[in-house]
Amino acid sequence: MRKLWRSGEPFIWLTGGALAAALIMVVGLLAIIAANAAGFFWPAAVVRLTLADGKVLTGPIADRERIPDTADAWREKIKVANRDLYGADFVWVDEAAVTRRERPADVAVIERSEWGLLIGRIAAVQEGGAVVARDAAAWPEIRRRLPAAAALRREIRAIEKGEIGEINFEQEKIRLRLRGLETRGVTAGADVEALRARLARLQERYRAQEARLAALRARQTATMLVVADGGKEKTLPLAQVIDVTFPNTMGLAAKAVHYVADLWHFIADDPRESNTEGGVFPAIFGTVMMVMIMSIIVTPLGVLAAFYLREYARQGTFVSVVRIAVNNLAGVPSIVFGVFGVGFFIYTVGGTIDRLFYAEALPTPTFGTGGILWASLTLALLTIPVVIVATEEGLAAIPRGMREASLALGATKLETTLRVVLPAVMPSILTGLILAMARAAGEVAPLMITGVVKLAPALPVDGFWPFVHLDRKFMHLGFHIYDVGFQSPNVDAARPMVFATTLLLLAIVVLLNVFAITTRNRLRRTYATSAV
Amino acid sequence: MSVTLNPHASAASIMETPMVEIERLNLWYGAKHALKDVGMSVPKHRVTAYIGPSGCGKSTLLRCLNRMNDLVDGVRIEGAIRIGGADIYDPALDVTELRKRVGMVFQKSNPFPKSIFENVAYGPRILGLQNRGDLQATVERSLRAAALWDEVSDRLHESALGLSGGQQQRLCIARAIAVEPDVLLMDEPCSALDPIATARIEELMLELKNSYTIVIVTHNMQQAARVSDYTGFMLLGELVEFGVTRQLFTNPRDKRTEDYITGRFG
Repeated sequence: MRKLWRSGEPFIWLTGGALAAALIMVVGLLAIIAANAAGFFWPAAVVRLTLADGKVLTGPIADRERIPDTADAWREKIKVANRDLYGADFVWVDEAAVTRRERPADVAVIERSEWGLLIGRIAAVQEGGAVVARDAAAWPEIRRRLPAAAALRREIRAIEKGEIGEINFEQEKIRLRLRGLETRGVTAGADVEALRARLARLQERYRAQEARLAALRARQTATMLVVADGGKEKTLPLAQVIDVTFPNTMGLAAKAVHYVADLWHFIADDPRESNTEGGVFPAIFGTVMMVMIMSIIVTPLGVLAAFYLREYARQGTFVSVVRIAVNNLAGVPSIVFGVFGVGFFIYTVGGTIDRLFYAEALPTPTFGTGGILWASLTLALLTIPVVIVATEEGLAAIPRGMREASLALGATKLETTLRVVLPAVMPSILTGLILAMARAAGEVAPLMITGVVKLAPALPVDGFWPFVHLDRKFMHLGFHIYDVGFQSPNVDAARPMVFATTLLLLAIVVLLNVFAITTRNRLRRTYATSAV
Repeated sequence: MSVTLNPHASAASIMETPMVEIERLNLWYGAKHALKDVGMSVPKHRVTAYIGPSGCGKSTLLRCLNRMNDLVDGVRIEGAIRIGGADIYDPALDVTELRKRVGMVFQKSNPFPKSIFENVAYGPRILGLQNRGDLQATVERSLRAAALWDEVSDRLHESALGLSGGQQQRLCIARAIAVEPDVLLMDEPCSALDPIATARIEELMLELKNSYTIVIVTHNMQQAARVSDYTGFMLLGELVEFGVTRQLFTNPRDKRTEDYITGRFG
């Protein structure tokens, strides 16, 4: 036994075992997320179950489990959807009660803009109340009409977001200027008149757009009649239909195409139905933009601080204390930074900015409330120790000979720092930035109180001057996961969405890191510091 | 012009034009007295070597000549050093100007992690040379002077760290002479090199002394005997003996010098 211990063999097994355990946990985590997320977009087969009591249930099977305290009795969870007809999306069925099980070809799964999925048989197409096509002829007719309906929907949305959005934006600006004049005691005169005239012109334009919208909406008269289980009928306006599939007749290729299309919609679309349906594009955009702003702030700040600490400050007790404090700052719980962000950035800095520059908008705060700038600044504060520590370590690793060589050539300390030290320390700076970005992209707690919202009406970047709106609230994937998974009214239906969003967040973190790592490796090749 | 600064130096050895004059130089690192009353005169366009056991202060003396010791915390210097007649510890003197006139090659080759071209062009760029053609001419001239041009002319834009140790050291010499200094200081330039690379650097020194005044610190007595015209022997911060190399090695006047060069030291 003693001999075995002295050989060192058990210790090698111990170290290897620890590494293996860590790897298994990480791989397991990723596998669970990936497995749950990947199936989300796959069109599952729809089964129709007839129960002993004559009840009929149609829908994909979401889950199957052993009934507790029984030997071999199973139950299945059917996603019957049709929330507006039955009230619940899912029904548990005792397998023993199922008398018939079939996969009808004519069952359609309809994705619509409200109420979640609709599952049933398409019975007829109506135009303004009159039946246009019936039964077998109904689906070809719908397929013919769907592109036009979708185009109409897009047009309406474009007007709402584009023209009307612009009018509202202009109107708000003029209103604020009027209020600004009012606070200075100007309630009449040429300026006020001119603004009022512009406001009237905008009102005119608004009415014109409203009329256009009404005209377009009047064209959305087509509806489809869908018969669901139990003979319940639903008349669905074609304008609400996003996609129709017949999963039981789809081949593998068709399913694959549908899968990719759904995946694309998930990434590129806006959320619907309090985030449980649709896409997550605003959250992706918010996450990436916040990380970018944070990087822009944290890199110069952290690098300059590290340069002072290592290159200029006289090394002594005080610098050591500062260094320890910086290191410990990295361990402070993130919510503490969030509280500081609210107290300092939002109330103090933001409040002051509002009083000085946006007084006419008060009491509605502009910068005095959570926003992407404050969230990014809070995260910059949170990640600055990471950048400082990484940069400092890089600076310490630069051989003294390199600096001396530069100084001996008559370069000043500043020239040496900028031309020799900075390029050589670049890979370390990027390492710090990589760690900072990874930390920032995954942080949620401080964001919840500094500017992240469940649903942001507009992206922080748009077509209106000044194009980048740093005061706006934004959406974030991490918060989205929390919101969809734990705050949504329909947790069961939203669960796959949670996994899909989680996977996406991981993918974005990996993507940001891969980008930074390749940049760093390229720099390392150029500035390899190992001499001889 | 004839200057006699050291009681041990023979008058014959300093009948040449002095480039560097050191007068009663004392240096302390904190409480440690590292150089004691050192005085000597380094002649122009000659190779002067400092020899002595480790820790005798020869590198410290060398680093006084371009004020690299200023970078060390707690250093205190008394006495005077004149290069080309000007006091280099004059408070009005710009130390970067001094270092442009006094180049240095270090014990461990320390090329910048940049391309070969950028390494040599670094000094001229610092001096404000911007014109691409002029830079190229300077780089080529310096590399030729350092006998490196033929080996690297086809890969000037590759990393300097890809060169062999001997090539790197010659690159450092090229980098130092690219700014055309008056004096070239070499701090044990061959201690990390193999005999062939060492021989090349020694050859190079003999060529370079036609244009530069060279001061070299070396552990290797054979090297000092081979390349230098004048040699100073240092011991415990003191300049024990300074004179014509051949004379110092064949007929040392001080007992301690004799003990050291015959290997009976200690």
